[in-house]
Amino acid sequence: MKQFITFIRKEFYHVFRDQKTLLLLFGLPIAQIVLFGFALSNEIKNANLVVCDYARDDASQCIIQKLSVNQNMQIEKVLLSHTQIEAAFKTGKVKIAIVFPAGFNASLQHFHTATLQVIADASDPNTATTLTNYISNIVKEYQQEITRLTPMPLQVTTQVRMLYNPELKGATNFVPGVMALVLLLVCVLMTSASIVREKEKGTMELLLVSPFNPFLVIVSKAVPYFALSLVNLTVILLLSVFLLDMPFHGSLLLFYAESSLFIITALSLGLLISNSTSSLQSAMLISLMGMLVPAMLFTGFMFPIENMPMPLQWISQLIPSKWYYTIAKAIMIKGLGIAAIWKETLVLLGMTTGLLLVSLKKFNIRLQ
Amino acid sequence: MRTIQFLLAKEFRQIFRNRALLPVIFVVPVIQLLIMPLAANYEVKNINLSVVDHDHSSYSRQLIASITASGYFRLAGYNNGFTASLQEVETDKADIILEIPAGFEKNLVRENKQSLFIAINAINGTKAGLGGNYLGAIISNFNNSIRLHWQAPARWQPAPVIELRSSNWFNTYLYYPFFMVPGILVVLVTMVCTYMCSLNIVKEKEIGTIEQINVTPIKKYHFILGKLIPFWVIGMFIFTAGLLLVGRLVYGIVPVGSLLLLYAFLSLYLIALLGLGLLISTYADSQQQAMSVAFFFIMIFLLMSGLFTPIESMPGWARTIAACNPVTYFIDVMRMVVLKGSSFTDIRVHFLVIAGFALLFNSWAVLNYKKTS
Repeated sequence: MKQFITFIRKEFYHVFRDQKTLLLLFGLPIAQIVLFGFALSNEIKNANLVVCDYARDDASQCIIQKLSVNQNMQIEKVLLSHTQIEAAFKTGKVKIAIVFPAGFNASLQHFHTATLQVIADASDPNTATTLTNYISNIVKEYQQEITRLTPMPLQVTTQVRMLYNPELKGATNFVPGVMALVLLLVCVLMTSASIVREKEKGTMELLLVSPFNPFLVIVSKAVPYFALSLVNLTVILLLSVFLLDMPFHGSLLLFYAESSLFIITALSLGLLISNSTSSLQSAMLISLMGMLVPAMLFTGFMFPIENMPMPLQWISQLIPSKWYYTIAKAIMIKGLGIAAIWKETLVLLGMTTGLLLVSLKKFNIRLQ
Repeated sequence: MRTIQFLLAKEFRQIFRNRALLPVIFVVPVIQLLIMPLAANYEVKNINLSVVDHDHSSYSRQLIASITASGYFRLAGYNNGFTASLQEVETDKADIILEIPAGFEKNLVRENKQSLFIAINAINGTKAGLGGNYLGAIISNFNNSIRLHWQAPARWQPAPVIELRSSNWFNTYLYYPFFMVPGILVVLVTMVCTYMCSLNIVKEKEIGTIEQINVTPIKKYHFILGKLIPFWVIGMFIFTAGLLLVGRLVYGIVPVGSLLLLYAFLSLYLIALLGLGLLISTYADSQQQAMSVAFFFIMIFLLMSGLFTPIESMPGWARTIAACNPVTYFIDVMRMVVLKGSSFTDIRVHFLVIAGFALLFNSWAVLNYKKTS
């Protein structure tokens, strides 16, 4: 037991001695929470609009006025001719253009109908559709203003309630995702790197010939990262509650238990990678390129999984972070108990046992 | 000149000798380029709807039919009580609950007014907002058709109508990969080149072979050029394979603008990027450190580059960070030149900024690289 503690202490020294790596370990979660919390959102704000007004009458001025006070877009320029629109798009600064035909108001007053052209830069399809919708809403608003309001018969109204996240904040969605990502990063990348480094430097040989159970050598390597992951988790949790005002509804104990399970899954994955490679460079590239990018895509916090093609949805089932993400959301945001997430827990347990078995089988006491 | 030739031969031999690394350089980017654009899709489809029907009338059935027929919603549950539906939301089987009150049809016809209750799982705010909008639009369509059934429309419409004609330029069918593939390609080139370049020099440090290079009479710039050129070539290769093979054959992307302009920008961008890798490697003592620092920066570059979320929507301080990010400029240029066919005058500022980055990173790295430790 004393030997084991000594080994763990040695590993902690290794971790804390390398300050630049610590920057990644603790800086990245904080940076991600701040960026996702305050900088990144799918909302469209401050998009530039150009107006080409051939009408220059009452109605067109009214609509332009409404557009200019809208939060989501700002009028960049008033063009004199529609031929300038393409050039404006090509500079990349303008996202959408609106063209009022000559005699807009006259047509509206006399024929009770008028057309308006909206041209969107659809190289970004998302922005294009959203902005077109915004403009269409503004025009509709204007249209209703000029109509004398008569009550509509047979009206179906809706009362909408947003469950769990009434303000539609982005944070509720990504905080569990960032947790999954960071835990995976710390455990897989760091563990595999620390084992393979000993192999590469040749010190692994020394550890294995020491009168200490070789398997415990590996376990003692995992312990510091387990502890660091829990610290990281707590930091993210505190940041999200106090900085992002995110509520925590469920049981803290259950949450930490499930997180520990996920950390162990990730650690065994790191173990497997380190047992399968012998060079540090390939261990790190495999865990970075091969693990993190899929984890980011298939966890489901950036892009909804149910919209992906079927084969990709099957792949996503294999990613441990996807299951942890579901668990974390259920506990943190929905405040559910173990009864709702036993299935996900079982999947994680199964993955962990499988990974551990394979890596144990691959574990070699003799280095060639 | 001959010195550089020898150095280059050595570097290329070292790169191609590493069997574990080759797939990471050449195969992984291609696979990611095949998978990522398919996965990175913000379109909201297949929303699971759970209906609580207290009315069981022909109108409630018609309403449900018109919702499920829209293609956006899947009927995940049809219950008699709200708790059963809420449970479906809790277990992620349903995203939206629509509650139809008892007497829906009767009240609508008699009292001209009836309300429906909608509860949306809003953990994912974007999806909740869009789903709510879709459902609202379908309900108002349904409402119109009922109204039409009960009242003949006025023959001469006194209310003025403004018709909106919208057109989508540069990507008429709103095909999402057109937008994502150029950006993802930039990220892949960035990742591979920065990691490889920063790891390479640190590896020499860690193994100790850098001492041997330091005592040979080669100049500082020889050494640095010898390290930069191989990865510059690899970056060019990955980009070409990604754009002209995968982009062209799989996604049907044909650059509208000039390829020459694109490659001119790429070569400048790669110089800046490799300078960054070099800079990281001069500061790091071990491969793990280099990797960690490189990963930290790449992660932030990636999130702040406008690849996934628009930069204009960010608050002021975040836009400043995005402006200090070389990846932002290349993604912008790619999208502009490939999709819109922008010309040199449109992107001359981007050129200047990237040239500035290249100069800054490389001169900093050269100044910081010392032959004596």
